[in-house]
Amino acid sequence: MAKPKTSKPSTKTLGELRSAATTTYTNYVKSLTPRTKLIDTFLAFLVTLGALQFVYVLLIGNFPFNAFLGGFISCVGQFVLTVNLRLQYNEQNFSLFKSTPERSFGDFIFASLILHFIVYHFIN
Amino acid sequence: MSTNTKLQSQVLGIPIDTIRLLLQVLIFVSVAGAAISSRLFSVIRFESIIHEFDPWFNFRATKYLVTHSFYDFLNWFDDRTWYPLGRVTGGTLYPGLMVTSGVIWHVLRDWFSLPIDIRNICVMLAPAFSGLTAIATYALTTEMKDSNAGLLSAIFMGIAPGYISRSVAGSYDNEAIAITLLMATFAFWIKAQKQGSVLYGTLTALLYFYMVSAWGGYVFITNLIPLHVFVLILMGRYNHRLYTSYCTWYAIGTLASMQIPFVGFLPIRSNDHMAALGVFGLIQLVAFGDYVKSQITEKAFKTFLVVSIASIVSLGLGGLVGLTALGWIAPWTGRFYSLWDTSYAKIHIPIIASVSEHQPTAWPAFFFDTSFLIWLFPAGIYLCFQELKDEHVFVIIYGVLCSYFAGVMVRLMLTLTPVICVCGGIAVSKLFDAYLDISDLFTGEVVEEDSKKKGSKKKPASSATIFKILSKVLVLTSFAYYLFYFVYHCTWVTSNAYSSPSVVLPSRNPDGSPTIIDDYREAYYWLRMNTPEDAKVMSWWDYGYQIGGMADRTTLVDNNTWNNTHIATVGKAMCSSEEVSYEILKKHDVDYVLIIFGGVIGFSGDDLNKFLWMIRISEGIWPDEVRERDFFTDRGEYKVDQSATETMKNSLMYKMSYYRFHDLFNGRDGIDRVRSQTIPIANAPELSVVEEAFTSTNWIVRIYKVKDLDNLGRDLKQVSAGSKTKKSRIIKKPKISLRE
Repeated sequence: MAKPKTSKPSTKTLGELRSAATTTYTNYVKSLTPRTKLIDTFLAFLVTLGALQFVYVLLIGNFPFNAFLGGFISCVGQFVLTVNLRLQYNEQNFSLFKSTPERSFGDFIFASLILHFIVYHFIN
Repeated sequence: MSTNTKLQSQVLGIPIDTIRLLLQVLIFVSVAGAAISSRLFSVIRFESIIHEFDPWFNFRATKYLVTHSFYDFLNWFDDRTWYPLGRVTGGTLYPGLMVTSGVIWHVLRDWFSLPIDIRNICVMLAPAFSGLTAIATYALTTEMKDSNAGLLSAIFMGIAPGYISRSVAGSYDNEAIAITLLMATFAFWIKAQKQGSVLYGTLTALLYFYMVSAWGGYVFITNLIPLHVFVLILMGRYNHRLYTSYCTWYAIGTLASMQIPFVGFLPIRSNDHMAALGVFGLIQLVAFGDYVKSQITEKAFKTFLVVSIASIVSLGLGGLVGLTALGWIAPWTGRFYSLWDTSYAKIHIPIIASVSEHQPTAWPAFFFDTSFLIWLFPAGIYLCFQELKDEHVFVIIYGVLCSYFAGVMVRLMLTLTPVICVCGGIAVSKLFDAYLDISDLFTGEVVEEDSKKKGSKKKPASSATIFKILSKVLVLTSFAYYLFYFVYHCTWVTSNAYSSPSVVLPSRNPDGSPTIIDDYREAYYWLRMNTPEDAKVMSWWDYGYQIGGMADRTTLVDNNTWNNTHIATVGKAMCSSEEVSYEILKKHDVDYVLIIFGGVIGFSGDDLNKFLWMIRISEGIWPDEVRERDFFTDRGEYKVDQSATETMKNSLMYKMSYYRFHDLFNGRDGIDRVRSQTIPIANAPELSVVEEAFTSTNWIVRIYKVKDLDNLGRDLKQVSAGSKTKKSRIIKKPKISLRE
């Protein structure tokens, strides 16, 4: 997700925000496991991919609009699906979802397959 | 289910769960049986026929689908409607319904070797799906309370007239399968939201896709689910389950919905869909905020919250307004506005207002369509408020929104009925839970026995028990009566109000025996058999689909109403004088003009009664040439008798309606039985630009042939004045009258 907004004039709020950002960041780095690291790298890759497509549209134009939409939405869709997976992998959330990691991964595969099938259909 | 057998684990040696399952299956089968059989009145009374107007188009499209390939169907350009414009039919319809029946047809034929006529599949599709709706309603209500409530609401849904009105056999309309999909989507959504399951979220999205392919009302889901999520977030009930289910649904569902050609890029372009996108964005931020909140101190989080909310709201609003202003996002559609401002349509879009099902609902209709459920509905909502889990919020929002919508438009009664059934099921089952629970009676007796032993307070205890039993019996019998009455009422309403195909009309012979008036099919068949295949038939748009479906002739306008100007042109041709009309008729290559006239038999839905809408719609385009005021008498009355205005008497519609009308009355003043007005013989119209080609038995359908231009270049009026050879035809006055 985007970094917290740090573009406000008041220096006090700015400082608070900066400290908030650093605590969040350090806590985040601390909580990383190899698995979540892998997932997060994938997420970052998706964000970059989506942003690249968006920049392309801004610079060159959106001529095959459905192709752009297909590509962009596949990034967004895969992103949220992966975030879902990450949330469900988180041990603190096990009680919330009442599902095992294996089940979550199965769901993830199923949803991704459907998503990419539709994308494939959409971009012709 | 029996509550008092819970204690034993076995009944007659069979585990209680097996019995419960067996009973449930049995109940489902009988619910489906009841739902289907109560929709068959029309088939039994009349025949297996497609009803009304829109279903005729769906039927025609389905026939096209099964005779051509699927790709032909999607690329179908229909040059037999909206002459001379044509219609890109494949891209402007919701294909779900046709594809469903096409698939059923193919499966039955290819796999089971059952070559069933496609018409019968179309006729029976709605009843078949109503059984599935009952099951979907069961699933939804079970999520709300328990399976007892689910079973009750399933039977309510199966026979509630509000839903039957759109799903009797032969009513082959989009709503027939859309309500099923609506309930199924909601049931899966509630399941997904409860468990935070990606699997169920995906299934919700797939069903949503099916719904999008089937009905324009999918926008309701598009807005209701985000609203549910939004309200939950506002209530501070955000959790990760909400995130997973909503994001899965939105990402896959939106992408999937764009695969329907008619929807296309609307989900990212039109304001109707922006709420869903907005909530999607919001939930990302909320999820992120939730994460940040768990990491930092409360005070820092507050600052963070204020700053981010301010910047996001300003960005979002600015973006929305800016994009709408730039034309990137389409503003809300007229139908949407007319939902909020009931007089909007009347002022701006007469074509929407002219449709009877877009009128506001009269209050008795609520009782008529849902019987005693209408007063259980608030009780159900109240019970939802008492528990108020996440899924109950959904029912409350759904109920509140739909009550409003149903009040605005008669047609939306259809979307209100399911939630009424769900709430009714919850309320009745709660009541039965409380009053059928007789376990405290037994515990009461134990107390009594104890007191007997002690020999004191004997009387008050037993009388209390009696009162307890009495109150239980009273409540239970009254509700048993209500349930019985509900079934009775539903059957009565279905058989009397909703089972008429409106293509054939019920009637009685003079001796009282029932008969049917079959003028429509008579006339359409005449058109089919006696006119060239490429003849263009002009009629008011209501009959466009029927002419296309039954007579197979080219029409100018039909129920699709996508081009207001073209409809106004037809309206203008109908309400102008002969000379003006003739020009329009010739410009549009019209060969035949078809009108509906009920004055002879007393059929109130005829063109003269719809005439004002034709005038209004064409006045919207040509305010200088057509003026509504000219058709009213000085006293502002809509008259067709001797006080009718000159404009009225000169209009083509008036002339065609009453042409040769007086022959029925042996040349004396005729009596119009719909408007209860006398048509003086002095008004007897002369027609010069069209000639009568066909008039059906009971005069309901009259077809006129447009005359060719005169060979000598004369005015057609002069021609007809010159040759007064009046064709004489034996006219018999029909004996039967319409049974209202």
